[in-house]
Amino acid sequence: MNGMRVLYFAWVRHKIGHSQEDISPPAEVKDIASLMRWLATRSPGHAQAFVQPAHVRAAVNHVFCQPDHPVRPGDEVAFFPPVTGG
Amino acid sequence: MATIRVQEDVFDPQAEQVALTAGRADIGGVAAFTGLCRADDGLAALVLEHYPGMTERALAEIAAEAERRWPLTGCTVIHRVGRILPGEPIVLVMTASAHRQAALESCAFLIDWLKTRAPFWKREEFPDGTGRWVEARAEDDAAAERWRSP
Repeated sequence: MNGMRVLYFAWVRHKIGHSQEDISPPAEVKDIASLMRWLATRSPGHAQAFVQPAHVRAAVNHVFCQPDHPVRPGDEVAFFPPVTGG
Repeated sequence: MATIRVQEDVFDPQAEQVALTAGRADIGGVAAFTGLCRADDGLAALVLEHYPGMTERALAEIAAEAERRWPLTGCTVIHRVGRILPGEPIVLVMTASAHRQAALESCAFLIDWLKTRAPFWKREEFPDGTGRWVEARAEDDAAAERWRSP
């Protein structure tokens, strides 16, 4: 079982066209950076959302993380723009 | 223990201060920052999106960090989500302490960190039906950076 839940927010969600999906990436997807590269191949909308990975932030299991952060089966991974609350 | 709420409804800062200080004789000062929705460029509304579950956790961590750094006797953080009209409040951070310095400094810390460390996103809506996502500002990163732990 290699499943992960991925959530999208703000313009990342708009470009991809939905707010979440359950995925089973191949074994070579081991961290946030490789997950973004793999997700970008799933649809034109995904490709557009991840065209500039440096503009996308990520969280794993509700904690902000860097591109080299590992991802594992069972994780909840979220992708979104830099936050603009307050 | 801080009071933290994420809600669609408008809040009343004065009522929140009353709730924070009622029956207390140990609070010497309360500092508060209320962020309001401006009508820049004829804006019709702001729509605030957040990451349920992570938002509450992030706000609790930010409040806990304030309580570690300053001797607070009260702390309230309220952030609205959904559709917010010009003139309405968006966010409230309120801190109480025995003396003013801790209340004032921790209040500034809370809003600076909240802006860069809590998962909220603003979208501007205009009267003609168009919209645009608000972009993060370098000034906000710089404001948060000055509170980085020594």
